[in-house]
Amino acid sequence: MKIALIGLGSVGRGVAEMITKKDLGLTITGLADSKSGAMDPNGLDIPALLTHKKKNGHCGDPDISTLDIIKKADYDALVEVTPTNALSGEPAIGYIKTALARKKHVVTSNKGPIALANKELRAMARKNGVALRYEATVAGAIPIMHTLEHGLAGNEILALYGVLNGTCNYILTRMAAEGLTYEQALMEAREMGYAEADPTYDVKGIDAAIKLVILANTIWGNGVTLKDVDCTGIDLLTPDALQLAEDEGCTIRLIAEAIPRKHILRVSPRIIEKNHPLVFDGTLNALTLETDMAKEITLIGRGAGSVETASAIIGDLLYIKDRYDGRA
Amino acid sequence: MKLEMKDSPGQLVAALKPISDVGGNIIAVIHQREQGSDHGTLDVQIVLELPEGRLEKLVVLLKEQGVHIQRIGEQRLLYKRTVILIGHLMHTDLSDTVDQIDSTGFAEVSELAMSMPAVKDRSSSRLTIKSVTKEDMEAALAILRRVSQQKSLLLIEPLEESA
Repeated sequence: MKIALIGLGSVGRGVAEMITKKDLGLTITGLADSKSGAMDPNGLDIPALLTHKKKNGHCGDPDISTLDIIKKADYDALVEVTPTNALSGEPAIGYIKTALARKKHVVTSNKGPIALANKELRAMARKNGVALRYEATVAGAIPIMHTLEHGLAGNEILALYGVLNGTCNYILTRMAAEGLTYEQALMEAREMGYAEADPTYDVKGIDAAIKLVILANTIWGNGVTLKDVDCTGIDLLTPDALQLAEDEGCTIRLIAEAIPRKHILRVSPRIIEKNHPLVFDGTLNALTLETDMAKEITLIGRGAGSVETASAIIGDLLYIKDRYDGRA
Repeated sequence: MKLEMKDSPGQLVAALKPISDVGGNIIAVIHQREQGSDHGTLDVQIVLELPEGRLEKLVVLLKEQGVHIQRIGEQRLLYKRTVILIGHLMHTDLSDTVDQIDSTGFAEVSELAMSMPAVKDRSSSRLTIKSVTKEDMEAALAILRRVSQQKSLLLIEPLEESA
């Protein structure tokens, strides 16, 4: 199956390297970063292009744009891993629509378009007889979408609880373990490369809320948006509060929670028993689903990282390859 | 509850056993003999905590033991939740915050732990709230949410799953 890969940040590089390294039956025929593009219907020389990018700051021909690749390259599935814009979803929404209109499958790790335009994009994919998959948008390497779609097929999902932001979980872990203040723990997270220079999205719970919106729309199709999430971050927590929780055998974690029957959709720091499955140290992510048949299922894994996220994207690509084999 | 049972060896123990069988916690046993039991029976008062909905089962078990229940007192405050509040707790009148729960009549703050760093810094406190039913607890937490918002306090609730 032929792949056009749009975006060569950490995730894009991970996807390109893994497709090149592993014999998965996937060939990259189009590649674009923010400044240039390259295409070849017989497959691109990915190591050469990545080396070129390292040396020159761009991977291909500066006269070939991202949109040129999406419109003109010969491919079956677009992998869209450009930076997220959580407010407008652009330009990624435009990229995805262009590919879907060409009847190309789309796999994305981009939260903006899926949180903002899930319904519209899914309808467009259906109309064009192609797949739109976004496993990588929520909880990195954890195969939550595949689990919902296949493993738990036929179950009614009653509620979900998740630790969906590794940065917050790391900060809370360090505040509890070392009695650090929020500011100290954040600084440490930055030094470790776990927090962005502007950590607002993470620590205010917005990143987790966006993922919660994606999950809620995927599971219940209820059309909720970021505005519907009751969102509280961790930036006002004190080491004393963590100690007070600790005294009761508990700790505090940022929990994303959706219970449609109680109209609950919120992200907030919560007191939680230390032996609860959603309590673990460091940057991992986790999700507990409550279902009518399977009852509780908890998935824990890496929520970010180049190769980890590539795992989710490649899982989507191979699913499409299997499912649409006849025509791909 | 006030019980009447046969005044013979082993009877009191037999009457107490069902309480632990239904998951109850005995707080006090008051055992009075002075009235002189002419029927060869013994009156015992027991104060206990029971998980919600277990009282009926206990009544059945006690009857099976041949124990006669004379009176069952009121059920009280069996639901417990712990929350943490962070903010300028003293400047925003902590006793008023507590009183907003206590004055409901259906829930009360039974324990308060507090940690106050420097005067200008935000303080943190842990409140244990008790109520009779789950619905009362929900109502108490709703009050606390509203008060926290009014007073710009950060309220951290427990994660309570709900299948």
